Amino acid sequence: MSDEKWTVTFIVFRKKDEQPVRYDTFTLEVSPNEYVLDAVERIWAFHDRSLVFAHACHHSTCGACGMRVNGVERLTCITPIREVTRNGGTVRVEPLRNFPVVSDLAVDMSRLYQAMDVVHAQAVHPLDAAPLEGDGIRPPRQVPQPEEEGEFLRLADCIECGLCVSACPVAGTDPAYLGPAALAGAQLQSIARNPDLLSVVDCAEGVWRCHSAYECTAVCPSNVQPGWRIMDLRRQVVAQRIKALLGQR
Amino acid sequence: MTKPHAIVIGAGFTGVAIAYDLAQRGFRVSVVERGPIANGTSGRTHGLLHSGARYAVNDQESAIECIQENIILRRIVPDAIEPNGGLFVAVQEEDLAYRDKFIEGCAACGIPIRELTPQEALRLEPNLNPRLLTAFTVPDATFDPLRLALAFAASAKAGGAQFYLYTDVVDLLRDGRGNVCGVKAWNRAADRRFDLLAEVVVNATGAWVGQITAMAGIQVPIAPTPGVMVAYDRRLTQRAINLLNEPGDGDIVLPQRRMMVVGTTSFTIEDPDYVPVYEDHVALMMERGSALIPALRQTRERGAYMATRPLIGGTAPGRSISRTFKAYDHAETDGIDGLVTITGGKATTLRLMAEKTVDVICRKFGMDVPCRTAETPLLSYRKFYL
Ligand SMILES: Cc1cc2nc3c(=O)[nH]c(=O)nc-3n(C[C@H](O)[C@H](O)[C@H](O)COP(=O)(O)OP(=O)(O)OC[C@H]3O[C@@H](n4cnc5c(N)ncnc54)[C@H](O)[C@@H]3O)c2cc1C
Ligand code: SF4
Ligand code: FES
Repeated sequence: MSDEKWTVTFIVFRKKDEQPVRYDTFTLEVSPNEYVLDAVERIWAFHDRSLVFAHACHHSTCGACGMRVNGVERLTCITPIREVTRNGGTVRVEPLRNFPVVSDLAVDMSRLYQAMDVVHAQAVHPLDAAPLEGDGIRPPRQVPQPEEEGEFLRLADCIECGLCVSACPVAGTDPAYLGPAALAGAQLQSIARNPDLLSVVDCAEGVWRCHSAYECTAVCPSNVQPGWRIMDLRRQVVAQRIKALLGQR
Repeated sequence: MTKPHAIVIGAGFTGVAIAYDLAQRGFRVSVVERGPIANGTSGRTHGLLHSGARYAVNDQESAIECIQENIILRRIVPDAIEPNGGLFVAVQEEDLAYRDKFIEGCAACGIPIRELTPQEALRLEPNLNPRLLTAFTVPDATFDPLRLALAFAASAKAGGAQFYLYTDVVDLLRDGRGNVCGVKAWNRAADRRFDLLAEVVVNATGAWVGQITAMAGIQVPIAPTPGVMVAYDRRLTQRAINLLNEPGDGDIVLPQRRMMVVGTTSFTIEDPDYVPVYEDHVALMMERGSALIPALRQTRERGAYMATRPLIGGTAPGRSISRTFKAYDHAETDGIDGLVTITGGKATTLRLMAEKTVDVICRKFGMDVPCRTAETPLLSYRKFYL
């Protein structure tokens, strides 16, 4: 902890309605330990009240604050300024790609929510569906549950932030592609347990559309690792097809 | 009969819950919010769905509301809630002095608790401070702030409510007699200004309510009182962990997804628009949090943030319709009709605050429509976007 202060210039993407895109620059005194979202909010509070940006929780649980920071998809509320620039340096802030821009830094993520809805991705699920690693600390999932409380539930890892959709080269060319987050949401439920999912993901806009670029896994801030989950989902689909063939004989 | 038009300013917990209830009871509703959903305090809440146990000694009316609403919200918004319960834990001798009052208070408020031996508590939550002296189970839960708000907003939208996001209310419209009859708005996304007329304007702007009432010449003295919270990068418990003592700083540690979140502090400021996160508060969260969960010291900070309580100062403008939150019909307190202000309260009691406020609004319009929000499950939060 320190009182270290940096001077940083933020280059911010601006877009209002039909007006052409422009970039505005704002030079701020910041603490390098502050998060990029803090700086964006300060630009709104003290420099330009017309700035539009999305956010809510400021601690990586809601998924609202995704932006491109120096060209890379980041959850801005947990991206320390120290990680993306230096004293006297610049930070370029732009909206996510592959979604329509509402204005400035805010995008319309309906496409992602629609896909999550189609695969019935669970928002809250039993602990076992995505166990937590222990790392030397005793994992709470081994804890016996008192009978009267039933099973432990927890909020899903995927916070529906859209970073993976923004980074995905396929999502950029094919607007109907379900996308990494939704396919990961399907994989987590398992097709064996949820056979209705087969027709949703085993199609041109589903699991076979992925080019294995793994950009999704690289940018995902929330441990979802959509890349390998899509590969695993393919295996599930093939296994299900074989089962169907054998069953029919 | 055409539906009366209500404008709700603010899409925090209070605004979305009121919008939903108004839409259900037959109003045409417009919500005007200068940011996205949950732009203000609501988005940055700690996330404890209170069982009421925290208030069972000092504020039993709030405690009773919490336990009742806790049970309702688990049922109507299951996709925003981790319903895993909570513990109140004593770690020092002085905490034990609170034990008897706590048991009595919870009994008086109908909050089911059960005392555990330290061994039992450690078996339930192995990362608790092994030197704990006693523990109680309580029916706490945790919630995702944005998704809680979105579920109400989605259900309001399905009932016909229209949302104007990224749209600031810049002034109130007044009729010839000085009563409020709508708002002047500035849509920042399109950079367009427009007027919206309504039969009633509901000011649900949290720590900013004073700025809106000032537009009608009404003073509501707000003392914005922020608190800091810190998220750490590893989940160490399944339940919400509270210190068994009078409510204080950094005495609640919550699990959320793969994180733990410790909160909070309390200090007053002038302007709620931007509040810095002070590093000494961040350090205090680690110090207090690790007294309950020592393994926090082996985690890394993932995020630090603050949210602002809208405490109303001593010179409150007359009588509030409720003691547990503040709501004023300005026709009664200031002789200006068409404006209702509501602020304070808790995330946990958002539905009830809306019910009580909409009861008052319905009476103003001579409408006798019962509230149904407690029985009806909300739509999935995703439906807000679909
Ligand atoms: C630190 C802290 C921790 C908390 N933790 C918990 C908890 O764990 N559990 C719990 O139950 N409760 C908790 N609370 C309480 C709870 O968060 C609040 O009661 C609740 O969020 C208040 O919601 P609100 O809608 O009244 O205000 P806000 O969420 O602040 O909503 C007001 C809205 O009005 C908008 N607005 C302001 N001015 C204008 C304008 N001119 N035009 C248009 N829109 C405008 C703002 O953008 C904002 O979105 C906590 C509070 C704090 C401060
Ligand atoms: S998979 Fe990861 S990157 Fe994609 S929406 Fe979910 S949390 Fe965000
Ligand atoms: S603001 Fe919620 S994830 Fe960043």
